Amino acid sequence: MVESQPVLTMTAISKSFPGVQALNDVGLRLFPGEVHGLMGENGAGKSTLIKVLTGVYSHDSGTIGLAGQTVRFGAPMQAIAAGISTVYQEVNLVPNLSVAENIFIGREPRIASLIDWRRMRRAARHLVERLELDVDVTAPLGSCSLAVQQMIAIARAIDIKAQVLVLDEPTSSLDTTEVEQLFRIMRQLRGEGIAILFVTHFLDQVYAIADRVTVLRNGRLVGEYMTSELPQLALVEKMIGKELEALESLEDQPKRALAAIEASTAVIEASSIGRKGSVAPFSLTIHQGEVVGLAGLLGSGRTEVARLLFGADRADSGQLTMQGNPAPIHNPVDAIDRGIAFCSENRRTEGLVGELSVRENIILALQATRGWTKPVPRRRQDELVAKYISALDIRPGDPEMPVRNLSGGNQQKVLLARWLITEPRLLILDEPTRGIDIGAKTEIQRLVMQLSDGGMAVLFISAELEEVLRLSHKIAVMRDRHLVAELANDDSVDAEHVMAAIASGASS
Amino acid sequence: MNTLTSRLSQASKHQLFWPVVVLVGLLAVNALYRPSFLGVEMKDGHLYGSLIDIVRLSAPLILVAVGMTLVIATGGIDLSVGSVASISGAIACLHISQQPDQNALSVVLVALALGIGLSLVAGTWNGMLVAGIGIQPIIATLILMVAGRGLAQLITSGQIITINSSPYRTIGVGYWLTLPVSIFIAIAVVALVSVVTRRTALGVIIEAVGGNAEASRLAGIRSRRIILLVYVICGVCAGLAGFMLTADVSSANGNAVGLWVELDAILAVVIGGTALSGGRFSLSGTVLGALIIQTLTTTVYAMNITPQTSLLFKALVVIAVCLIQAPAFRAKFTRRRPAAPLPPPQATASGQDQKVEVPA
Repeated sequence: MVESQPVLTMTAISKSFPGVQALNDVGLRLFPGEVHGLMGENGAGKSTLIKVLTGVYSHDSGTIGLAGQTVRFGAPMQAIAAGISTVYQEVNLVPNLSVAENIFIGREPRIASLIDWRRMRRAARHLVERLELDVDVTAPLGSCSLAVQQMIAIARAIDIKAQVLVLDEPTSSLDTTEVEQLFRIMRQLRGEGIAILFVTHFLDQVYAIADRVTVLRNGRLVGEYMTSELPQLALVEKMIGKELEALESLEDQPKRALAAIEASTAVIEASSIGRKGSVAPFSLTIHQGEVVGLAGLLGSGRTEVARLLFGADRADSGQLTMQGNPAPIHNPVDAIDRGIAFCSENRRTEGLVGELSVRENIILALQATRGWTKPVPRRRQDELVAKYISALDIRPGDPEMPVRNLSGGNQQKVLLARWLITEPRLLILDEPTRGIDIGAKTEIQRLVMQLSDGGMAVLFISAELEEVLRLSHKIAVMRDRHLVAELANDDSVDAEHVMAAIASGASS
Repeated sequence: MNTLTSRLSQASKHQLFWPVVVLVGLLAVNALYRPSFLGVEMKDGHLYGSLIDIVRLSAPLILVAVGMTLVIATGGIDLSVGSVASISGAIACLHISQQPDQNALSVVLVALALGIGLSLVAGTWNGMLVAGIGIQPIIATLILMVAGRGLAQLITSGQIITINSSPYRTIGVGYWLTLPVSIFIAIAVVALVSVVTRRTALGVIIEAVGGNAEASRLAGIRSRRIILLVYVICGVCAGLAGFMLTADVSSANGNAVGLWVELDAILAVVIGGTALSGGRFSLSGTVLGALIIQTLTTTVYAMNITPQTSLLFKALVVIAVCLIQAPAFRAKFTRRRPAAPLPPPQATASGQDQKVEVPA
């Protein structure tokens, strides 16, 4: 890489939303002719930084310099006009228009006020050839594969005389060969002197293509590094950061006896369960009274594993066995019938019905298994709800309050209560402690321990290694949508091991 | 327990507060314009008066709107209710007209069974399109809204079937215990649907599906069955309304029976406090909504507003009603004049705040 003047410099950028400091004194440099990885976990501030750069948000303080001039974009169109083009994760194009129309939408070549179709098609064909794509520009965009659509979006972006190209998680829905095709184009554009900002969750891809990375964490800049000088493990540590420090200070928890657990009956055995485009086939056994922690970076496929086991998504390969018998699970109803419960990480969209009351939300899954004709008697409802409101300390303890009026931690407890009254054999908890205060967090952790002591099998998904290490008998590690390692959580295992497995997939 | 029940009744009072205010307001305007409006007199053992007329005439709308409430609570809509009413009325009248003794009770019962049977089929058809195939409700029921009119005309062979059957006529204009029979039918259906939805878990499951479909799926609710069921209930309610509408005039006109009733029904549901986006529903609110609409129609006639401007007048009043009910609008109004008393907080807001943001 030839060190030259950066084409883009963002200095001391801060941006806050009500109650959240999304970006705090963050900087970013982009050089012409480089691929620059922007790394960080969800909530680290990557999207906010990109939105500030592209004019979607305006920053509170700091400066943006583009080709030596200070700029400030009030709207996305201004950023585009200045040469900053963005391709978002979801392709923002129109599937039933042709490829050529999509490339030129909003800036069609014209004769007088009529569209010059011939010139438009010729220019489109030219552009597509430049990216070495074999596409009929008159075909509807929807008939192309997702990868090709993605590249059409890039073609559109670079045709707007881009100096800076922002690719926001462009590979999340692409398979390996398609990713390779995308990388070829990225290398070509790099060769033409365009600065590419590449946002991704996939570590391998960063090392495959990026020359330099900037790491963000909790809205702060961790640092800027040359990928060639930064080992993968070090990158993971920089991304997770704070948890590692907290972890080191944490006194040693007594490790829980795995051998006894492994000897008890298996509640569920997944063998080669997978779903194309979601998670690669994996095998996992969870025993009675066992807590299996599922670790991995966000976007590594942890939630997808949970959804497959619960039937929220349908597996297209492999099979499930429960207590020795084949147990095909095609939908949540199957799973619930077999004693599986799933607390989704998205409480608001996939968990609770906001306008229904606490009581109605708690009773919902139990009622669903009985069917609508056999209502849970009101007195029984009140008993159950009162019991769990006090057991989980749900506040305020008014069962008739709409659940949307509760705080995040209390909503999480309502969701837990819903599933606990169904007395499941396997409880899947996806990020049960995210976004809730520390008190509620420790209560939920204690509850998980109690439940497993009582014989319930638990699959515990969390981005916080500390939690996973504290609660789990066994830790399964996800990486790039593969289950790459299964670690017995004994005295020999610590955060370093898990981190190493997350970074490289080596099970040590 | 005591505070709980009192709070519940308080909340429900709040929810129906504005519909009641609107209804009372409309009645008051009528009474001022024509003092005899509120009078009810006894003639031949029957009660007569404008108020009785309003209730009697709103009976078919109440039936249709009650079914519509359940459909809307799941986040759907049923545009075909008018056509279904027409089909059911047509088949009933056709059967009666073909019998030698149109006054025989057995003839009328068979006619009703035929009508309800066809309504069941129509409701199942809608439900299958929406829940089975996954067509958007507005499109799925548009099919039967259009095709159903044709079907009704096929049944009547494009003619207006006139019948002379006093048992059937009773459904529309008969009296029992000094009151119109249709009022009792409407009360019975409302009571039945209330019991079925609130004494079983059907109501809360409908609200869960409408409130958050994905969360309901993940809680193990078989939402397809529930959605199918509400369209079937809605179809049957529309069919019953068809009997009333045809019995009222002792004839079936495939083209005219129940024309545009779907719009009045949707309006009644919305005025009653059930959000078009689905979720919490209120049957009593819907009944009030239907009464408001019928009162409005009666008002238009009573005030001798010319037919040319009556629809426009109705529209303006409906807009005013919706605005008065919208908390956002009232808030704006009170903010400008801070001295004015604040609208009842929380309970009203939570029940009605979504109403203004009707999704497309």
